[in-house]
Amino acid sequence: MTSLSVIFSSLTRTFGINCQIFFITLLFALPLGLIISFGSMSRFRALQYLVKTFVWIIRGTPLMLQIIVIFYGPGLLWKGTLLPRVTAACVAFVINYACYFSEIFRGGIQSIPRGQYEAGQVLGMTKSQIFFRVTLLQVIKRVIPPMGNEFMTLIKDTALANVIATKEIIMMSKEYATKGLIWPLFSTAIFFLAFCGILTLLFGWLEKKLDYFR
Amino acid sequence: MSILEVRSLQKSFGSTRVLEDISFSLERGQALAVIGSSGSGKTTLLRCLNFLETPDAGTIAVGGETLFDAARRASVSDAEVRKKRLHFGMVFQSFNLFPQYTALENVMLASLLLAKERSDYKQHRREIHEQIEHRAIELLEQMSLAGRMSHYPHQLSGGQQQRVAIARALALQPDILCFDEPTSALDPELTGEVLRVIRSLAAQHTTMIIVTHEMAFARDVADHVIFMDAGRIAEEGSPAALFENTQNERTRAFLSRFSQNS
Repeated sequence: MTSLSVIFSSLTRTFGINCQIFFITLLFALPLGLIISFGSMSRFRALQYLVKTFVWIIRGTPLMLQIIVIFYGPGLLWKGTLLPRVTAACVAFVINYACYFSEIFRGGIQSIPRGQYEAGQVLGMTKSQIFFRVTLLQVIKRVIPPMGNEFMTLIKDTALANVIATKEIIMMSKEYATKGLIWPLFSTAIFFLAFCGILTLLFGWLEKKLDYFR
Repeated sequence: MSILEVRSLQKSFGSTRVLEDISFSLERGQALAVIGSSGSGKTTLLRCLNFLETPDAGTIAVGGETLFDAARRASVSDAEVRKKRLHFGMVFQSFNLFPQYTALENVMLASLLLAKERSDYKQHRREIHEQIEHRAIELLEQMSLAGRMSHYPHQLSGGQQQRVAIARALALQPDILCFDEPTSALDPELTGEVLRVIRSLAAQHTTMIIVTHEMAFARDVADHVIFMDAGRIAEEGSPAALFENTQNERTRAFLSRFSQNS
């Protein structure tokens, strides 16, 4: 009989993998999402269609499938070595979430009234000054609520990494289950709940912080 | 010599002619009022002057320098347009203040960004900042907003927001200040305070172009009036000539419609 503390410490340790995927995904998917959103709003039609098609493919197929393709694909195609499991999972998450983020950014950017750009222009500002000094903070304020949703979905989606046998928390608890111990699997909910609780507080604080303007 | 010379300006959106052969000039220190019904091209004219729209034909010259010539526009870079814009200031119908900045910051922002391009900015950062702040405070006081400097736009009434917008435009010391229906988004009570400010600017001989539906105000404050109809200048002249002795059928029809409504 495995002791309670051993089980909890192994669950905590494997939840670290979930957190790792979570933070790495955000680190890369947020800037990549912004770049993709610029592509989808580009004046060059060819680029715009290319980017939109890519976003459609990524958003239109299951994330689980994308993880599998990125993990096994390179090996099948080039008979090369496989990516480490966590890396493959992170690549899939970054691409997938960047596409979702790009749509949120696009909505945020396009919701800024034209008058804001024009006011900046007639005051002699450059395009980048208008973006960074005038519109960016307004965009951030607008995307915070949908971003909060995405962040919560992401931490729970990290469990999908177990499809390529990444040893994250669900994988670990399923091992206990196969040994006849079911409660560790149920108790993983606590980890996700706690994490999402912190996210809720964080986003509430951010929203309040940007409440000084409208 | 005129400060502003506009020659044969033309603009179409798709197949719709919005401006047709617009020519006029403006003397330094004078206020020009542009009147006319909605869709007559008044706003498009102002937007062309501020480089928010590119005219299809014609020239715009300020102080003898040709800023825009439709015949030779291919070579104009973004940086040049940016510099040329600064001859004009623009006050919008919907204010367009930056919501995340206080009234004072709204007035200072563009000046600060321009100052950063100066070669001596790093050495004299503090002095430059103080100068800009000093000027912004002065302008806001002139707009009777002394007690509102650290308010954010959403904490201000429409009339106050528009006065901040006027101060913001004046901060860059434009040669010509343009107003695009500055009181159309305001209720009558707030209209008065904005018109008062524009009136005092006229008294100080600020060169202005005012697109407005306030006929009494236009008549009062303008040195010269242009009446636009269907993209053309149908008539122009002194306020007295235009409002009292017009020989033009269209002007008369427009003005009588207005006096019926008010």
